[in-house]
Amino acid sequence: MLDFLKPPVVAVQEFFLLAGRTFRNLFRRPHYAGDIFLQMDTIGVGSLPIVSLIGFFTGAVMGMQMSKALQQYGAVGQTGQLVALTMVRELGPVLTAVVVAGRNAAGMASELGSMKVTEQIDAMRALGTDPVQKLVKPRLIATAVVLPLLTIIADFVGLFGGFVIAYFFLNLSPAQYWNNAWQSLEYLDVSFGLLKPFVFAFVVALTGCYYGLSTTGGTQGVGRSTTQAVVSSIILIFVMNLFITRIYVSL
Amino acid sequence: MWRETGQDGVPVLRFDRVSVSFDEVRALNDVSFRVYAGESRVILGAAGSGKTVLLKTALGLIKPDSGRVWVFGQDITEMPESELFAIRARIGVLFQEGGLFDSLTVEENVGYPLENQPSLRCPPDERRRRVEEALRFVELEHTLEKYPSELSGGMRRRVGIARAVVTEPELVLYDSPTAGLDPITAYTIIALIVKERDLRNITTIMVTHRYQDAHFLAGFRWDPATGRLVPAPAGQTRTRFMVLREGRLAFEGTRAELEASRDPYLMKFVRREG
Ligand SMILES: Nc1ncnc2c1ncn2[C@@H]1O[C@H](COP(=O)(O)OP(=O)(O)OP(=O)(O)O)[C@@H](O)[C@H]1O
Ligand SMILES: [Mg+2]
Repeated sequence: MLDFLKPPVVAVQEFFLLAGRTFRNLFRRPHYAGDIFLQMDTIGVGSLPIVSLIGFFTGAVMGMQMSKALQQYGAVGQTGQLVALTMVRELGPVLTAVVVAGRNAAGMASELGSMKVTEQIDAMRALGTDPVQKLVKPRLIATAVVLPLLTIIADFVGLFGGFVIAYFFLNLSPAQYWNNAWQSLEYLDVSFGLLKPFVFAFVVALTGCYYGLSTTGGTQGVGRSTTQAVVSSIILIFVMNLFITRIYVSL
Repeated sequence: MWRETGQDGVPVLRFDRVSVSFDEVRALNDVSFRVYAGESRVILGAAGSGKTVLLKTALGLIKPDSGRVWVFGQDITEMPESELFAIRARIGVLFQEGGLFDSLTVEENVGYPLENQPSLRCPPDERRRRVEEALRFVELEHTLEKYPSELSGGMRRRVGIARAVVTEPELVLYDSPTAGLDPITAYTIIALIVKERDLRNITTIMVTHRYQDAHFLAGFRWDPATGRLVPAPAGQTRTRFMVLREGRLAFEGTRAELEASRDPYLMKFVRREG
């Protein structure tokens, strides 16, 4: 009767099995350092332009919106603070993770998926390598290192976007904007702003790899798992974000 | 005569009542057989009859739902992946879809098992020598630096064979080695398989759709003097046939027994000859 529930339950179980196997292998040799750096390059350097662009425009838009709201109270001088808080707490981590999910969860799912349907994954196992060690672990480590860094960059570029608005349209002085932004940030904001991308990195890398490795049904299947990887990882990012923010506000 | 001597030894590969299911599909259903050292085994069967699943189960890539699998006398049914590598290092395999790594060059592909199999791990200069030797065997020594996507289908198949035999395995599994090739290229591939078998006296298991392939494997041997396939005396190649039907073993026996069969499903495969 509850048969329709079986596939999702099995999928969740397999996802956690994969996660468990990856964690168990995290500190176990071999490490394939070359693959880790290659992945850092594709994920980090590759995402840099779009992450900066999105960060800039988001910061600028926040600057405009906040200043409009602040005008009513004659507190336009507080624009820096609001841009800083929204960027560092929420928009920087979430938008960066969503961008990286769109680029790299999709990339991982399609790459591993095509390897699966052309029996390269089987060949790997038959020829002496564990696909979790060789494929999943480098992607997870690379994402976990690179996503927080990308988020920091997105935060800064976003603050700069807000500054451009504040300077040219609101006639705030640089010192006014930056001091206000800087002083508003507390230790907790920054640490949660960096904890989030770290958690999202696990979501992005593990979902991408999971859907890639569970691909069946030829090239059509690769397209399917790519889409599913992007959709699932973005949903999971927002869900995890809610939980982490819940912990943050209760502190 | 060979059967008696053969059956004294431990089978190279043994399936005992093996079943494998995927969701609703019974890919293998209660399959039992033994393959002895030096034997050639041809596996025939319609599309989806479980041939690929059988080979992957023999490698421990798929775990059976029930039944047991022995390779080289060792029970691999519940063996952990780390121990399986030592067994797999002694088996060569050519996958149906090729399984060549498209991010690696031909040289890296063929050298992959030598570099990565924990029980082999050979130093780079020896690796290079053995890779070149394996590629010379399939007459592709000039493609070292190429990527698989730059090769034709037949060449990719030959690189796959080079990778399967570079470790000098005791058992080689070929999954549909001639599928999708023209008759001349298909003959080249089969000639290589027979040559590898006869040069080193390797136990060979070949899945195929073409009875023609089986005909060469069963009735011909590699002649080192002329470098060609020549007809072999009856029984010399020690070839046995299996036919799978919807996951069940529908036939196991000699070529003569298969050709004498009046079962319509079995006759479908035999009649393709010529
Ligand atoms: N990973 C898998 N997931 C689900 N079903 C599978 C899987 N692998 C194989 N099957 C199913 O098992 C059955 C046997 O498949 P198998 O690939 O062994 O066929 P085959 O005899 O090799 O066919 P072909 O001649 O087309 O290569 C098929 O019904 C197939 O759909
Ligand atoms: Mg097959």
